[in-house]
Amino acid sequence: MTRYVRRFSRTERALHWANALGFFTLLGSGLVLYLPSLAVLVGRRPVVKDVHFWSGIGWIALLTLVALGGDRRGLLRTARELDSFDRDDARWLLGRHAPQGRFNAGQKLNAALTAAFTVLFLVSGLLLWLGERDTRFRFASTVLLHDGLMDAALVLLVGHLYLAVIHPATRHALRGITAGTVREDWARRHHAKWKPE
Amino acid sequence: MSGSTEARPVIGGGAKIGRGVFLATTLGGLSSLWWGASVWSRISRAISPVESLVPLLPSGGWRIYTVSGSLPGFDPSTWRLELAGAVEQPAALDYRQLLALPKATQVSTFHCVTGWTVRNVAWGGVRIRDVLAQVRPHANVRALRFVSAEHPYDDYLTLEQASLPDVLLAYELDGRPLSRAHGAPLRLVIPDMYGYKNVKWLTRIELVPQERLGYWEQLGYDQDAWVGRSNGYGS
Repeated sequence: MTRYVRRFSRTERALHWANALGFFTLLGSGLVLYLPSLAVLVGRRPVVKDVHFWSGIGWIALLTLVALGGDRRGLLRTARELDSFDRDDARWLLGRHAPQGRFNAGQKLNAALTAAFTVLFLVSGLLLWLGERDTRFRFASTVLLHDGLMDAALVLLVGHLYLAVIHPATRHALRGITAGTVREDWARRHHAKWKPE
Repeated sequence: MSGSTEARPVIGGGAKIGRGVFLATTLGGLSSLWWGASVWSRISRAISPVESLVPLLPSGGWRIYTVSGSLPGFDPSTWRLELAGAVEQPAALDYRQLLALPKATQVSTFHCVTGWTVRNVAWGGVRIRDVLAQVRPHANVRALRFVSAEHPYDDYLTLEQASLPDVLLAYELDGRPLSRAHGAPLRLVIPDMYGYKNVKWLTRIELVPQERLGYWEQLGYDQDAWVGRSNGYGS
């Protein structure tokens, strides 16, 4: 019989999907603002701008609510896991075979970059909004930062989706972030140092 | 399974690298608010020969900004450019009459106040003096009001600003008739000022005794939108 082990808590999964929901809403409305062909097709720029701005505020508010209302201690433990890199992580990043914990080194890097991007998206987005109202908040590079973040986030997203949905060896991970559990033999193969509770 | 046999604690045991990546990325990103534009300007100048062959940015770096729900349409049979205000006899040019005026072309850079720039834009159109020659202005005229078909967008230039050598009423962009997104059939181009002064979908030019606040100026933007010297830049 197939045995399953718990990989992600309810709070972790809720945080992941809240982030995904916010990101895709912002990506969709942001592309309408950014791409001339979509801007012409959709029109209603003032409405799309409002949708984009309030989606951003809603995104951060939702992440905060999930984090504060969920298993805070568990999230702190997860943050510590994501923060620490050992020699096996270094080997793994160099392309060598090395046993990994609950998160592999790539996932840890992705988490750190995604967290930084979230802060930078928020700051640059607020500066764009404020800058339209007050020159003290206007920087020549805000729009470059916001757009550059989108480009970088898209690269991360494409890699993330490929590994989570398409790549045969890793796509079982999707079950972990939806149902919470993964096959024990898969966990042993991909996350040998992880000792599920 | 091959690999290291070193047993290391999984939680919180290794080097604290994740926070370093987070902080370096965040601080690098924030500091780019000060250096991003100048670095990007150098990069875009370096890649501009490639960019002309292989567009790296969508639609050559343009963004389409509008203030109302939809883009004004253009029907060559009904479109008119009205010339009105303090003049002896108001006049109106239709599209054919506009194209019959002496054609001027120029290549200039377009700067948006939000920070993006499009280099080497080839415009074709008419100089303002050739259009104003259709009417006899009153002696007290000091400024021009440019009215867009996109209500309630308008903006003003002084006669002096409107007489700068590279100010153009453009009906062509990169060798093609101006598209709807870029303000078809006619837009104002004043490369020394930010894009919001470059009124799109022009339908009316009024000759007036003095400048007033245009659409964006009423929302706090500078009346004189000189590139690099207004709207909080260069101060």
